Amino acid sequence: MTTSLLPVLPVLLPLLGAAATVVAGRSAWAQRAIGISVLAAVAAVATVLLVQADRHGPVVSEVGGWPAPVGIVLVADRLSALLLLISTVVTLAVLVYAIDQRIVDYGRRTASTTFHPIFLVLSAGVSLAYLTGDLFSLFVAFEIMLAASYVLITRRTDATRIRSGMTYVTISLASSLLFLTTVALVYAATGTVNLADLATRVADLPTGLQTVLALLVVVTFGIKAAIVPLHFWLPDSYPNAPAPVTALFAGLLTKVGIYALLRTRTLIFPEGHPSTLLLVLAAVTMIVGVLGALAQNDLNRLLSFLLVSHIGFMIFGLAVSDAAGIAGTALYVVHHITVQATLFLVSGLITRRTGTVSLDKMGGLAKRAPLLAILFAIPALTLAGVPPTSGFVAKLALLQAGAGGGSGTAIVAGIVVLASLLTLYAVVRVWVRVFWGEPREPLPDNDPDDELVVGTARTSTPMYAASAALVAVSVAIAVAAGPLSAITTRAGDDLVARTPYRTAVLGDGGAP
Amino acid sequence: MTTISLAMAVVVAVLYSVGFYLLLQRSLMRVLLGVVVLGHGANLLLQLAGGPPARPPILDGTGDTAGLADPLPQALALTAVVITFAMTTYLLALGYRSWVLVGHDEVQDDLEDRRIARRRTVKASMGEEVEETGDEVGVDPGSAAASDDPVTSTADVR
Repeated sequence: MTTSLLPVLPVLLPLLGAAATVVAGRSAWAQRAIGISVLAAVAAVATVLLVQADRHGPVVSEVGGWPAPVGIVLVADRLSALLLLISTVVTLAVLVYAIDQRIVDYGRRTASTTFHPIFLVLSAGVSLAYLTGDLFSLFVAFEIMLAASYVLITRRTDATRIRSGMTYVTISLASSLLFLTTVALVYAATGTVNLADLATRVADLPTGLQTVLALLVVVTFGIKAAIVPLHFWLPDSYPNAPAPVTALFAGLLTKVGIYALLRTRTLIFPEGHPSTLLLVLAAVTMIVGVLGALAQNDLNRLLSFLLVSHIGFMIFGLAVSDAAGIAGTALYVVHHITVQATLFLVSGLITRRTGTVSLDKMGGLAKRAPLLAILFAIPALTLAGVPPTSGFVAKLALLQAGAGGGSGTAIVAGIVVLASLLTLYAVVRVWVRVFWGEPREPLPDNDPDDELVVGTARTSTPMYAASAALVAVSVAIAVAAGPLSAITTRAGDDLVARTPYRTAVLGDGGAP
Repeated sequence: MTTISLAMAVVVAVLYSVGFYLLLQRSLMRVLLGVVVLGHGANLLLQLAGGPPARPPILDGTGDTAGLADPLPQALALTAVVITFAMTTYLLALGYRSWVLVGHDEVQDDLEDRRIARRRTVKASMGEEVEETGDEVGVDPGSAAASDDPVTSTADVR
């Protein structure tokens, strides 16, 4: 165990940066510089945390100097440091894309008093959610993150955006209040909200009560992660936001839900055997999501449904609930954060070149924008899991875990393969409809059938560069698959053993 | 483990049912009231986790903790109250913006979703030959689409 102040920085730096961008509200360049340098610093801190956590065990920071079960702790173990690193890298790329899109749309000198501060606050919320070792702080982290996302999704509102914003805000509030209920019930039952402390105390509760609490946790985080019966809000709200915002939400927000589920399921409610409920949910999520995607004509909605479908893959690893399954989920989350954000960024570029999100009205874009065809093809094939890509590595880890888990998990592993093939069909169909065929003229921006307002035909090099950088990250994940899966395997072992986390937070008394 | 009195359990249950009922309404004002009521329910539950009502959360100097309430849930509830308050304000602003932009504060159906559903029904009833013109069918009968579209209908009334 290492005690240090490092885990505080990923939360503190973006918050201070947000304040600084408000102060620098008149200078667009100062805001951009602050945003990019803060996120780069957080990425550096996350790298150090990952190395430390991997070498010496979880890095713990006691906020305010209060020791663990009483005070709030921030814990960076292998899983949270890894997710923090990849999330910050993706956030940074999205920020570069967003800054450049704003330059293209509103001019070089337009500063914003909301965009930059809110973007950094969102990043602080995501960091806190990954790092906190306290159930109530997790609630606060979700609220910081969601409040920032409400603002981002309803900025520059028109009638469509306000509709999707309302759906999103209402459903998120409902799930937040359910989360608060869970915290209240957990505290009433155990007298603590510290995650490491809960690990011991929940085990002493009656089985019925444990089941109730575990189910509440699944529903609460299930809404945030968009697991299938609870997913309806996602394809309705995400596609209407501007491309960088959608990319950020799709990459990070649902995955934070998955992380919360992963942390609470392994630490507080470990089952020790495959969970039938989660297996069924995973299978239904994968199939419903991908079939929903096949029915869509709107590019962004199609990608949103694919996002829902791939949440099912992560739930599958969690459902297997042995070390291999958890490690598979961790690897899948890392891969999926990158690839889903990339797809939405590239979709933003496509939309700008064609003036529409409707697949029926696109065609022949490969002749006008060959680079875009490649930029879309690589993450699309990665998402489907075609062999040399990171998607293949992550899916292989999940399938191996599923094959070792018994007959029930083997059946769902078959569904994983089926859903991957259907994903491949969906993305190849999109690619053919967008990039092949007769070239079409870009539609004017005030197209009445189109629900989005985009700056048609105005793209710039940094937007391509940011998307290309994320494609490079996902290729790098595939290249570094060996060391990376070694880390996630160790993370999976840690999570299933539970001892490293508890000892790090509570001292030697935390060992069972 | 803390147990709570029946009266308090009933109050919490009523607040939750009223809150969720209002949350399921179309009008954003009712949703807002639902969030407020539900927030009260959740905060009351959080308070009750600290012990029976009417006990002070302060030590009296004797070091005797027998008649005390647990102060932590009260601190948590305080945080949660502030968050709920902020969200309520935000929803109010959103409702106002919706009223300015579309003339009412009702949450609308997803148009693209309806378009896809309608395209399927038309295809099924007209057979295979319209398959390629599916998108036109969805968009073209604009009058039929607009009449059940609450945006335009309420705008007319206004």
